[in-house]
Amino acid sequence: MLEIQNVSKTFNAGTVNQKTALNGLNLKLNEGDFVTVIGGNGAGKSTMLNAVAGVWPVDEGKILIDGVDVTRLSEHQRAAYIGRVFQDPMTGTAATMQIEENLALAARRGKRRTLRIGITKAEREQYRELLKTLDLGLEDRLTARVGLLSGGQRQALTLLMATMNKPKLLLLDEHTAALDPKTALKVLTLSARIVEENHLTTMMITHNMKDAIKYGNRLIMMHEGHIIYDVAGEEKQKLHVSDLLAKFQIASGGEFANDRMILS
Amino acid sequence: MEIIARLANLPGALPGACAQGLIWGIMAIGVYLTYRILDVADLTVDGSFGTGGAVCVMCLLSGMNVWAALLVAVLAGLATGLVTGLLHTFMGIPAILAGILTQLALYSINLKIMGKANQSINVDKYGLLISLRWVKEFALHNPIIMVILATAVVIGVLYWFFGTELGCGIRATGSNPAMSRAQGINTNFNIVLGLAVSNALVALSGALLSQYQGFADVGMGRGAIVIGLAAVIIGEAVFSRIFHNFALKLASVSIGAIIYYIVIQLVLTLGFDANLLKLLSASVVAVFLAVPYWKGKYFSKPVKKAKEDAKNA
Repeated sequence: MLEIQNVSKTFNAGTVNQKTALNGLNLKLNEGDFVTVIGGNGAGKSTMLNAVAGVWPVDEGKILIDGVDVTRLSEHQRAAYIGRVFQDPMTGTAATMQIEENLALAARRGKRRTLRIGITKAEREQYRELLKTLDLGLEDRLTARVGLLSGGQRQALTLLMATMNKPKLLLLDEHTAALDPKTALKVLTLSARIVEENHLTTMMITHNMKDAIKYGNRLIMMHEGHIIYDVAGEEKQKLHVSDLLAKFQIASGGEFANDRMILS
Repeated sequence: MEIIARLANLPGALPGACAQGLIWGIMAIGVYLTYRILDVADLTVDGSFGTGGAVCVMCLLSGMNVWAALLVAVLAGLATGLVTGLLHTFMGIPAILAGILTQLALYSINLKIMGKANQSINVDKYGLLISLRWVKEFALHNPIIMVILATAVVIGVLYWFFGTELGCGIRATGSNPAMSRAQGINTNFNIVLGLAVSNALVALSGALLSQYQGFADVGMGRGAIVIGLAAVIIGEAVFSRIFHNFALKLASVSIGAIIYYIVIQLVLTLGFDANLLKLLSASVVAVFLAVPYWKGKYFSKPVKKAKEDAKNA
């Protein structure tokens, strides 16, 4: 479903701040794969997701989604294939617009935007039903501005927006990191349920090793811009946090895992 | 005593102030589209306002029908917005600078359109839509009535447009560009489109003003952005608590422009030096722009915070 072939990206090339974020990255996801991505700070996790989403062009390599070469497509063109949820709850929704308007914008992802009415009556009913599945009471607040919602509510809404068209690829970039533990668990459970129900090919970055083991059918660990550990199926289910920490220390040449990874 | 005698002149000057406010109100609605909806401070307006006036007057002088002249002026305004939009999105120039560049270039272009610094047009010889000569008449061709109708049409069309898929895309672009791109919205296209629509309105306003005052002048748009911002801010200050509907918000901008011109008229009537008017306008807008910032910085409300804490506990 997704193929990343030998992709590299260097930021601030030729300056003192030069940073090679992706270094000959290769990855192939099968249809229906739910991959959790872990790695230390600056390992290239978010950079990989941004490269796939097309936030900026990559320096070299190729990216294919469902067999289509999207390497030269811009961010908004690739959006036809991709649903995204971001770390910052503010990023995924338009705060000054209503809940139903945000959903209507997402419903038209990948379609031509014309002079037809921006949201129809039939859609409203459909959105009401859709919001009921979140169990957050948002179905009664269709015309409320999204800026009035809490971080957790906004992430849940963004998740709904990212998945309502059944994208070929779902990218979750630490989408629960900014939430309190209780809300984070709720959003994470919801994510797993939606992915499961729709058989979405998914990549989820997380700093929580337990979550990385618990969710999905495959786990990859990144270090210095490429993948250093890739495990799936039964072997992945049997993993323990201590295994991952050990792997990480070997891969990084004895360098200790960062505090956030150990604490979580 | 002297002040009272001067104030007695005010009622006679009010119709003119209202008409001017209404005409500039259409320009202010254009400013509202960029400043509030697209979240871009577009300085093209100082130039495109004059372009609208110049094009309209020259078309009329060449014998064109008044409606056709208005249409050509609107298209010229559309083109000016297009230029600023492309300077910003295609050439990567910051929006404010892109607007300044277009505005500067338009000064020359406006001069070239008119052939000299100003062109007058005689209301007796040409079939003008509005003229200040009729501002105190009780008739349909009174400019106040005509411009109210024009404003209503403009607001109606904008209300429809910003409810369409395309219009919603522009609003999303202004609200959150990153989210818009993630939802497949071509933000660059929308910025160009928004700037074009905005400057089309500005040019329409300039075209109406040139008819109203009977001439177009190369300097007629100077400071237009400040008047536009003043109208937006006054409109919001007065009506933001009661007007939530988009059409009413646009109407409040128009009313803001009328209030602005009535206040200016009042100040002038009281004997204020007309040469200092632009200084006064700039000062008033500066203070009003600072108020929300000061409110947040020096007058944060601890009461509300305590409530939230109690809720969270």
